[in-house]
Amino acid sequence: MTVELGQITLLAALLCALCLGMFPLAGAAFGNRRLMSVASSAALLQCFLVALAFIILTSAFINQDFSVEYVARNSNSLLPMGYRFSAVWSAHEGSLLLWQLILSLWIAAVALFSKTLPEYYRARVLGILGLISVGFLLFIIFTSNPFGRLLPAAQEGLDLNPLLQDPGLIIHPPMLYMGYVGLSVPFAFAVAALLGGKVDSDFVRWSRPWTHVAWAFLTVGVALGSWWAYYELGWGGWWFWDPVENASFMPWLVATALIHSQAVTEKRGAFGNWTLLLAISAFSLSLLGTFLVRSGVLTSVHAFASDPTRGVFILVYLGVVVGGSLTLFAIKAPKMIQGGGFTGASRETMLLTNNLVLTVMAAMVLLGTLYPLLIDALNLGKISVGPPYFGLLFSWLLVPLVVALPIGMFSHWKQDKLNRIAGKLRWPLVVAILFGVLTLILEREVSWISAIGVAGGAWVIGGSLFYLGQVIGQNKALKLPANVIAMTLAHIGLGIFLVGLSLTSSISTEKHLRMVAGDQFEGAGYVFEFLGTTVVNGPNYIADQGEFVISKDGQEIARLFPQKRSYAQGGNSMTEAAIDPGFTRDLYVSLGEPLDDQGVAWAVAIYHKPFIRWVWLGALFMMTGGLVAAGDKRYRRKKVAAPSVNATRTAKA
Amino acid sequence: MNSRTLPLIAFALLIALLMVGLKIADRKELIPSPLINKPVPAFDLPVLGNPQQRLSNESMLGKPYLVNFWASWCVTCAVEHPVVTALANANKLTVLGMNFRDERDDAMAWLNKHGDPYDIILRDADGRISIDFGVYAAPESFLVDPEGIIVFKQTGALTPEIVQNEILPRVAAMQGGQK
Repeated sequence: MTVELGQITLLAALLCALCLGMFPLAGAAFGNRRLMSVASSAALLQCFLVALAFIILTSAFINQDFSVEYVARNSNSLLPMGYRFSAVWSAHEGSLLLWQLILSLWIAAVALFSKTLPEYYRARVLGILGLISVGFLLFIIFTSNPFGRLLPAAQEGLDLNPLLQDPGLIIHPPMLYMGYVGLSVPFAFAVAALLGGKVDSDFVRWSRPWTHVAWAFLTVGVALGSWWAYYELGWGGWWFWDPVENASFMPWLVATALIHSQAVTEKRGAFGNWTLLLAISAFSLSLLGTFLVRSGVLTSVHAFASDPTRGVFILVYLGVVVGGSLTLFAIKAPKMIQGGGFTGASRETMLLTNNLVLTVMAAMVLLGTLYPLLIDALNLGKISVGPPYFGLLFSWLLVPLVVALPIGMFSHWKQDKLNRIAGKLRWPLVVAILFGVLTLILEREVSWISAIGVAGGAWVIGGSLFYLGQVIGQNKALKLPANVIAMTLAHIGLGIFLVGLSLTSSISTEKHLRMVAGDQFEGAGYVFEFLGTTVVNGPNYIADQGEFVISKDGQEIARLFPQKRSYAQGGNSMTEAAIDPGFTRDLYVSLGEPLDDQGVAWAVAIYHKPFIRWVWLGALFMMTGGLVAAGDKRYRRKKVAAPSVNATRTAKA
Repeated sequence: MNSRTLPLIAFALLIALLMVGLKIADRKELIPSPLINKPVPAFDLPVLGNPQQRLSNESMLGKPYLVNFWASWCVTCAVEHPVVTALANANKLTVLGMNFRDERDDAMAWLNKHGDPYDIILRDADGRISIDFGVYAAPESFLVDPEGIIVFKQTGALTPEIVQNEILPRVAAMQGGQK
């Protein structure tokens, strides 16, 4: 297939998106059913066309068509097959096409699975998604065309950046984009509700499963990014607070807040405007992240080639999408405060705490990310905001969040008694203190703050398990509601994350050594023996490969083969660390520079990272929780579920 | 005005800031840093691998050199590193690494991982010298001529093109002038 066909396909997709963005919205405005009925077919056809364009670009990579400029820049004839796929989204143009593909898939999914929604509402949702798609397609076609030809064709490609030649990079961007782009769906549901002038608990219930799925993908996407940074960039670190990481973390924080405020709005009818605003903000922050990463405004760290034209385009797009939806919010959001009141000791109060903390966190990250820019713009000099700022703020902000979490789970809606809640929380508190003290006893070197962190994790996990126990006790049939399982899983995930975060940041050890073959190093209860290096040939690189035998109590437990690679094209050299992963600790060996001319002595770094896996394990639990919540049958009943409507009515009464 | 317009106002301010940001991003290439054609800020710092040894800007007089600010927490520095390595290995000029706002152990680990091509690395632990240089986003690099005057500055990662088109010609010109 020729790439020119890809360009034509994209133009056709743009036409489809225009139809999707105009006709259903016009139909909803003028009450024309035929116009509204265009939505489904336009959504599906658009998805087909974008997928076709994506396949055409992928096949150019597989067939090594170096007459395509984008392929020539990001591939090479020696590139292994697996990476020819991921090279498609390794740079700006292709990653935008992936973004567009995923957006089209979400739109098609909404078109397929929203048949039970009211006709007008559904037409508006799909229409808004169509408009979002129009903007992105214009962006791709006019500023970032991946199908440009190179004349004359290159003989050989420049090769994919070795940092990106890694399995983690095959799955990280698609997962992250599933999350980013998925947030466009709750956004569209919120804007459609504003357009229709009917902001009630119904629209929230419809958008909840979509929010859960998007959030689950976003969680796993952010976690994969951190995991990749750990083993590929890392000298043991797993989060660096750089602008690109922050760009993915802000929408996550707001989406997490959104999930919780949706619960309040659906069950109690309260926080309605707030839920709308969060739904708009979450997607806006995804777009803002895109802008920051690709415009060159912040000296960007993941180095997407920056281009001012692209910056201007995204800024205009951001202005239209976010400015438009916020204007709509200012005009049409309900003026009356809805929902029933609640007292201090109630689940609403705890969820309010959750929302406040999460939005303050997101605001802090936004401020920290943009502060250097602000100071520069005001000509006040140039400053840098680094991990100290973020680390300090987060450790303090986590405290109210963690304390409130189990209290919220055990509290009743609307009104509860402090004594009753306190009684329920006795045991989780005991568990938390027990684990905190145990940590201090078992790990001599652990800091107080980390012991408190472990106690916090135990408080959250203990609280969740006791809550699950209470629900099981109440319905003897052992048929648990999906939402309880989902909530328990996600909260346990947070607890696991907290324990991992606290322990790994406090009791990790690292050693930098000069080693010659036969040298041994003893540390953290392990013996690391260096057996020397050999030269190995990879598909597109040559590497010095070290061999290490690791033993504990005289027993060999692992052999690690870290590499120092030199890539044929571009002359890049890369260190591939070798890791022996474990549930309670990782052993991490990386080979530095040869320290003499004979290549006998090497600089070696050895790390012992306790509980590092728990950081990502926690994220997996959260993701599973999100997916379980989305699968709740309650959302798929055709008739409006009676209880939630009653709740809203009683609340209004 | 009511509270429902507040998000819109906040967003308008954000957009204004980002527009200024785009202007600045444009200007980065057009208007050179205020430090260009000024003497290099004075420094007298310990050597990263050997804290007893110190090096000052005065002792660097007489030869062209590149000051490359980096830190282990800086992800772009790792991306840039092959370019720095190639430049240092070409032996056309002295490449002085300036490790700033970093822990010594982290910096050493980073060098072990990515390689140490620098002719010498100084440690600017509290970042005071980086402020004098006006560094706000690592990496940044400054080309200094034999008289100690900054002649070129790169904000963000060095690329092979910048080395080829901006740095090496200037170095060649300096050496031509000396002979």
